[in-house]
Amino acid sequence: MVLDVKDLRYHLPANGRPLVDGISFAVGAGETLVLLGRSGSGKTTTLKLVNRLLTPTGGAVQIAGEPAAGARATALRRRIGYVIQDVGLFPHFSVAANVGLLPRLEQWPADRIERRVRELLALVGLDPDTFAARFPHQLSGGQRQRVGIARALALDPPLLLLDEPFGALDPITRLELQREFRALEGTLGKAMVLVTHDVREGLLLGTRIGLLDAGRLAFLGTPDEFRASTLPEVRKFMEAA
Amino acid sequence: MRLFEFYGRHADEVWLLLRQHIGLVAISTAVATLIGLPLGVLVARRPAWRRPVLGFANVFQTIPSLAIFGLLIPVFGIGAWTAITALVVYALLPIVRNTYAGIAGVDPAVREAGRGMGMTDGELLRLVELPLAAGVILAGVRIATVVSVGIATIAAAIGAGGLGVYIFRGVATVDDTLILAGAIPAALLALLADALLGLAERRLVWRPR
Repeated sequence: MVLDVKDLRYHLPANGRPLVDGISFAVGAGETLVLLGRSGSGKTTTLKLVNRLLTPTGGAVQIAGEPAAGARATALRRRIGYVIQDVGLFPHFSVAANVGLLPRLEQWPADRIERRVRELLALVGLDPDTFAARFPHQLSGGQRQRVGIARALALDPPLLLLDEPFGALDPITRLELQREFRALEGTLGKAMVLVTHDVREGLLLGTRIGLLDAGRLAFLGTPDEFRASTLPEVRKFMEAA
Repeated sequence: MRLFEFYGRHADEVWLLLRQHIGLVAISTAVATLIGLPLGVLVARRPAWRRPVLGFANVFQTIPSLAIFGLLIPVFGIGAWTAITALVVYALLPIVRNTYAGIAGVDPAVREAGRGMGMTDGELLRLVELPLAAGVILAGVRIATVVSVGIATIAAAIGAGGLGVYIFRGVATVDDTLILAGAIPAALLALLADALLGLAERRLVWRPR
């Protein structure tokens, strides 16, 4: 398994309130686990515990069989692609410099960086000749998120974490990106964890669905099992779809 | 007209005082930047330090400049180094405050993306936060410089030289020409420093569009 999470816990340091309360799952190559849940259910916290933007207060995370807690946090994160809703492109860098930043920090030779950037832009549906030299403020929201995904793939990490990646887009752009992303999942063969509160997005993109409720996994199974489930938490979500 | 005659007759002294004045401002602003920039970064990184550091800098900013000179004389004696120390203390607040404000003003999503993709703290600071904050930081240095040009005229009162020498001498002898001989170049110097740093701000700093 690319990602193994066992009995993961996170309690707020201030008052000890549990945000993530003992969850376990595993994600293999080519799989996309969708973490579904309402606001405050612990979805984003779970992602941040995996790449150690937050430090777990209990449980264990393993990436490709190695304990995540043992590695240096920055080294660990370079093996995990991370995509967030607000994208967070560096506004003073061109598209090419954004996508090529980690390869640059890893001291790849310039021609290899350029080749990688062009390859990634083409992969996410942006013509390199048109877009490489542009700056983030010259892009639409959908184009920005495409660059965000390309940037997360720069070092070819085995694992990709996506936190509501399409949440800030208009409905038409969102659907377009969801469809392309679905095609991308098949070709990339990466392990992915995608956080969303949108059931339809979850059912479209997930090979498995994990339903988070108050920091616990109330349900974990395939989209078909999710649709058929009689669990009240699942029913509530299906009715909202 | 009498001013030009004066400058004609005392060209050497005018140049000396002008050089002293620029020296006081340049040295003190440089030192204040070297101290203030890291302090601003520290304050941005460690919220607990924010109140004491900014409060401390604020206190010095509030004390009248002549009083600071007075307070420092028992410690450092009379002369240029006392003046420079006071000017540094004065220039610190705008630089610390603007460095902090510039870094705090960076879009949180940009910082989270940078950290999430595995940039070290130093890389994030060097490649992202400082470049994005550069405009605000330079504006702080600009304020500090312009204020220093003004306060450096008072430094003449404690024997540090500079264009204030003419102003004080003119006030003491009720000689308008002498006062203007110091005041006009001091004002022009402040305007020039402001314009040059404003130019640097526009040339060096990234801005959208």
